[in-house]
Amino acid sequence: MFLSIATLLLFVSQCNIVQSDANLIQQICKRTPNFNICVTSLQSDPKSSTADINGLALIMVGVLKAKSTSTLNLINQKLKESPALKQPLTSCASKYNAILTGDIPQATEALQKGNPKFAESGANDAALEADLCEGGFKGSSPITASNKLVHDISVVTAAIVRNLL
Amino acid sequence: MDTNPSDTPSDLEHAPYTPLPDNPSQARIRRPFKVFAAIFASVIFLLSLVTLIINQSQEPLPVQNQNRSPSTSRPTKSFSKPEPRGVAQGVSPKSNPSFFGDKVSYNWTNAMFSWQRTGYHFQPEKNWMNDPDGPLFYKGWYHLFYQYNPDSATWGNITWGHAVSTDLIHWLYLPLAMVPDHWYDINGVWTGSATLLPDGRIVMLYTGSTNESVQVQNLAYPANLSDPLLIDWIKYPNNPVIKPPKGIEADEFRDPTTAWMEPNGTWRITIGSRHKKTIGISLVYQTSDFTTFKLMNGVLHAVPGTGMWECVDFYPVSVNGSTGLDTSANGPGTKHVLKASLDDTKRDHYALGVYDPVADKWTPDNPKEDVGIGLQVDYGRYYASKTFYDQNKRRRILWGWINETDTETDDLAKGWASVQTIPRNVIFDNKTGTNILQWPVEEIESLRLRSTEFREIVVGPGSVVPLDIGQATQLDIFAEFELEITSETKPENYGCRGGAVDRSALGPFGLLVIADKTLSELTPIFFRPVKTIEDTVKTYFCADETRSTKAPDVFKQVYGTTVPVLADEKFQMRVLVDHSIVESFGQGGRRVITSRIYPTEAIFGNAKLFLFNNATGVNVKATLKIWELNSAFIHPFPFDQIRME
Repeated sequence: MFLSIATLLLFVSQCNIVQSDANLIQQICKRTPNFNICVTSLQSDPKSSTADINGLALIMVGVLKAKSTSTLNLINQKLKESPALKQPLTSCASKYNAILTGDIPQATEALQKGNPKFAESGANDAALEADLCEGGFKGSSPITASNKLVHDISVVTAAIVRNLL
Repeated sequence: MDTNPSDTPSDLEHAPYTPLPDNPSQARIRRPFKVFAAIFASVIFLLSLVTLIINQSQEPLPVQNQNRSPSTSRPTKSFSKPEPRGVAQGVSPKSNPSFFGDKVSYNWTNAMFSWQRTGYHFQPEKNWMNDPDGPLFYKGWYHLFYQYNPDSATWGNITWGHAVSTDLIHWLYLPLAMVPDHWYDINGVWTGSATLLPDGRIVMLYTGSTNESVQVQNLAYPANLSDPLLIDWIKYPNNPVIKPPKGIEADEFRDPTTAWMEPNGTWRITIGSRHKKTIGISLVYQTSDFTTFKLMNGVLHAVPGTGMWECVDFYPVSVNGSTGLDTSANGPGTKHVLKASLDDTKRDHYALGVYDPVADKWTPDNPKEDVGIGLQVDYGRYYASKTFYDQNKRRRILWGWINETDTETDDLAKGWASVQTIPRNVIFDNKTGTNILQWPVEEIESLRLRSTEFREIVVGPGSVVPLDIGQATQLDIFAEFELEITSETKPENYGCRGGAVDRSALGPFGLLVIADKTLSELTPIFFRPVKTIEDTVKTYFCADETRSTKAPDVFKQVYGTTVPVLADEKFQMRVLVDHSIVESFGQGGRRVITSRIYPTEAIFGNAKLFLFNNATGVNVKATLKIWELNSAFIHPFPFDQIRME
């Protein structure tokens, strides 16, 4: 009997701890343009449960990097498959290259070294690059879902970083 | 009420998004607050609706044929309503996400990119630059250090670049002065300032980001004071000399200023930070030897609502306004300028006030225009400015960092990002008593080639007059305007906001720089006087980038502010045009606006200069003197050609 009460108390106390860290994620994500993407992305990394805002921003930059990498891979694949779309796809490749070699390293370093405004500008640029990539297809994009996701993740990243400024 | 970009309320810029309904378990815990939460949520919802409406209007005005032909008096087409501009001033595509899939990037050519390089503004040969650091004059040379990334056109791996000049215009690149090579600056050799000691020594205080990303202040000094080029620098072995004090966050403590000497012989420096996230502050430290520092009680000054203060600058000006003052000057006949770069809004603000060296406190002359809530150093794309006292010519000289407003893809393609302004001479404006005056250093005159003068050209309402000069991409333009009112003027409610397409009775009028002959691309720099209800005239000074380029993927903002125009004064502007940067000085430098532009057509020989008057109720009489400027040919110091004594 005593053991079961003790176990219950242990579970309840654990729930409280989880809830208070989840609260930070909830609070931060409510202040972004896409609550769902924010929460799912952050929770995909177990470190998010004990991260501070700076840490959450870094996790989000990691998610942005992963999605941008997979989108660039998709673009390269489409370049082989769709010769008719060569021009906008090539343009997209250079934009995603800019995200991966410019915006993301800048945002990562800015957050790691304590100068968050450069992370905000990097994230905002990433959103614009995805947007311009999509716009280049003038309506017949084969990668709309990916571009939209990169755009949304970028905008969420910038919104998280804004809390640090 | 007119919303000039610089007046946009900050709560609208950062309105939080609608919170989603609490999940059931949280609702159980929060039951007592349910009603309050519902009301709060509704308010937030309404605020975010307003933000959404304003943000949706941020797209640039559609480019329409202006129907403007030279020297006709036919009124141009005006657009129906000015689009409200909810976007914060100084915000770039790197700080404002667009809406999805509706913009196409421009097919930039190498010719367009290479044209963007400046002819006479300081920039490194390639890669990224940001804050100017430690400017000083020593043994015949002006020194500029700057935040520099030796590896890429983005911010990162920050080192101190270094360049020297005998005249603040013709710069020679030197080797990097400092790199991140000690635990106390391994994550960045960040911004700092130089102090010249009376015994001839130079001390450099700078912020280092440590191996644990803590912001500390470090001391460095020249390895060899007999080297006028100050090539090599030694870092004090016992760095850091200052660590973040209790109550200050480890990442909110940076950019130490030049030191000033107190009457008792000890030195002071000030370092910006913030308190409880929203109160911008500047801490004061005392030292005698620059290796041990004591934090003074209180702060030099604090302003609620301004957030983190970066790149604080603090210096005296003479109220008799003729020469600059040593940083240690004080007493009757001086005022002190306190300046901060606001991390939150990316704007440089300053205020004039009085410094009490006993209490180490500064008080603004006008608390309503305190630091961060009043005047800006520059109303355009401008940040991280820093002054130094030029003991050679007894001037206070101001540097400012100008970032790009194009995309990262563009910066990586062209391989560089950012320029510095032309150094500006700063004096107190003893006619208004409420602001400083900034003016390009006189040494810029050494770049002058030929000049063209135009006297009293009359420009009717709705007309454009081409100015026949040589090349129009490197210019120093002096223009003066007088108005002849042709119809009765009623009070109006206008600012810079809609740009030059917005016609009001007394304006806009001014110059169209970097414009092609069909006016498909143009950058208006203009005045817009406006009659007020009190029967006075308020004058706006503006730079309109909205049609500076056909390219949709660069940021095109309308910048501007009101400028005092005194009773006996004509409307005067001075404009420095240098490819992708335009510096515009209103009323002798009472207000300054720096713009970045990236034209696709109005480049090389296609770039022209025009006069324009888009007002409805005045003729404008313009007198101009326009200098074509040579390039400065900034290049590496020719070590192999010159033997140093």
